[in-house]
Amino acid sequence: MSSIGTGYDLSVTTFSPDGRVFQIEYAAKALDNSGTVVGIKCKDGIVMGVEKLIQSKMMLPGSNRRIHSVHRHSGMAVAGLAADGRQIVARAKSEATNYESTYGEPIPVKELAERVASYVHLCTLYWWLRPFGCGVILGGYDRDGPQLYMVEPSGISYRYFGAAIGKGKQAAKTEIEKLNLSEMTCREGVIEVAKIIYKVHDEAKDKAFELELSWICEESKKEHQKSKALSAIMVNFVCSLVNSERWWYGVCTMDDGKDPEVIVVPSDLLEAAKTAATTALEEMDAD
Amino acid sequence: MDKVDLDSPHSMGTTIIGVTYNGGVVLGADSRTSTGVYVANRASDKITKLTDNVYICRSGSAADSQVLSDYVRYFLHQHTIQLDQPATVKVAANLARLLSYNNKDMLQTGLIVGGWSKHEGGKIFGIPLGGTIIEQPFAIGGSGSSYLYGFFDQAWKDGMTKEEAEALVVKAVSLAIARDGASGGVVRTVTIDKDGPERKFYPGDKLQLWHEEMEPQNSLLDIWGGATAASPEPMRE
Repeated sequence: MSSIGTGYDLSVTTFSPDGRVFQIEYAAKALDNSGTVVGIKCKDGIVMGVEKLIQSKMMLPGSNRRIHSVHRHSGMAVAGLAADGRQIVARAKSEATNYESTYGEPIPVKELAERVASYVHLCTLYWWLRPFGCGVILGGYDRDGPQLYMVEPSGISYRYFGAAIGKGKQAAKTEIEKLNLSEMTCREGVIEVAKIIYKVHDEAKDKAFELELSWICEESKKEHQKSKALSAIMVNFVCSLVNSERWWYGVCTMDDGKDPEVIVVPSDLLEAAKTAATTALEEMDAD
Repeated sequence: MDKVDLDSPHSMGTTIIGVTYNGGVVLGADSRTSTGVYVANRASDKITKLTDNVYICRSGSAADSQVLSDYVRYFLHQHTIQLDQPATVKVAANLARLLSYNNKDMLQTGLIVGGWSKHEGGKIFGIPLGGTIIEQPFAIGGSGSSYLYGFFDQAWKDGMTKEEAEALVVKAVSLAIARDGASGGVVRTVTIDKDGPERKFYPGDKLQLWHEEMEPQNSLLDIWGGATAASPEPMRE
């Protein structure tokens, strides 16, 4: 599995004798240190969730977002080096708006995934660039229905019905495989994703984490909607957006078990997700 | 007599029409290409293929519209390969209008893009001179279209059958040909539905006659009387 590529691992433009590019493999290791990111494709849409590990109690809840909207109909959850992730998201947004300006219709998810993968791959071809240290789960809803793609630091991109990256990816994948995704609606999916993230969260190693969720489905009118932890300062801003009925905000912080500050919620959904997840955890602990 | 300028740019005086019906679209056009008052081509084909399921009607400068169509066909072809799916009419129309708008200083084209795609059904987009794009249930263009606005206001209805739509288009082009000097020749139509495109041809002398139009004749002498009737007065000293 992991061997030391002495001498062959100094540059991304060097192959090892057994045909591997070690720098890319090392880049992938950066993902394994990051919080778990999960994405599933349900019957009527996509649900993505991120276990956002909080480094410091002084960080504003809701900052350092890991889930980004790329376009009205698509969103991206990032794992790994956050700054690298920002770059990829910026590129994806740019590709999406560019496509729409030229062709007059929203970019098909498949095309978007290919362009992002192409860009990530580009940075593995030159010695003066380093590979991206982040992986991305891209979910979108277009003419051909909901689609989920994952792009790895090597530039590989595959289409999935369930994907996970980060610390708890193995455990998360096992959990996803247990789900019956073809029958599940996004409403149910949100609860399931929350449960998975709570389950794979390692209490011993990392204490505080924030749960970020997002979905794109029939219910959200095929638009990417996120959950956000908000402070009182942002309330006014939120209210104005809420009136346009495009963003629904909810708060989920898993931090001393304190009750989160709820501004607006696509209801009860986010709360229900948190409750269900916590209950599930308790049930497990009770064994 | 006024001098005839044979070096005028080839312009398609033209009448072009695009109409949606229940299940697809019908595109129609006349066939006259003029250089000033000289008819350079009396049987031109102004309905050009972009893809199997999208066609474009061209009016204005013949050269400009041909080159523009070539570019759009090229971009659409690449787009189809990339997407692995047939392109939609909307995409084709957008590509055409971007070229038209961004080069508005140099181009003079009025276009109608029409076709059928699985997700949208039959669609018609009008792209007049400045490069606007407008989706319409029916569109008319070219110099002959001036005479058709009132006609369509009265005769157009939603949800026509294929036969009704084709008949409407042929009648309209034929009316425009009767009134517009820059339109003439034959009527060509292309009907596009889920089964693909179908071309039809209506010769100019077989079209219905309108008010004060004469039957087509072979010679002026036949009109004035010919061999059997009294010839024109011979000249006398």
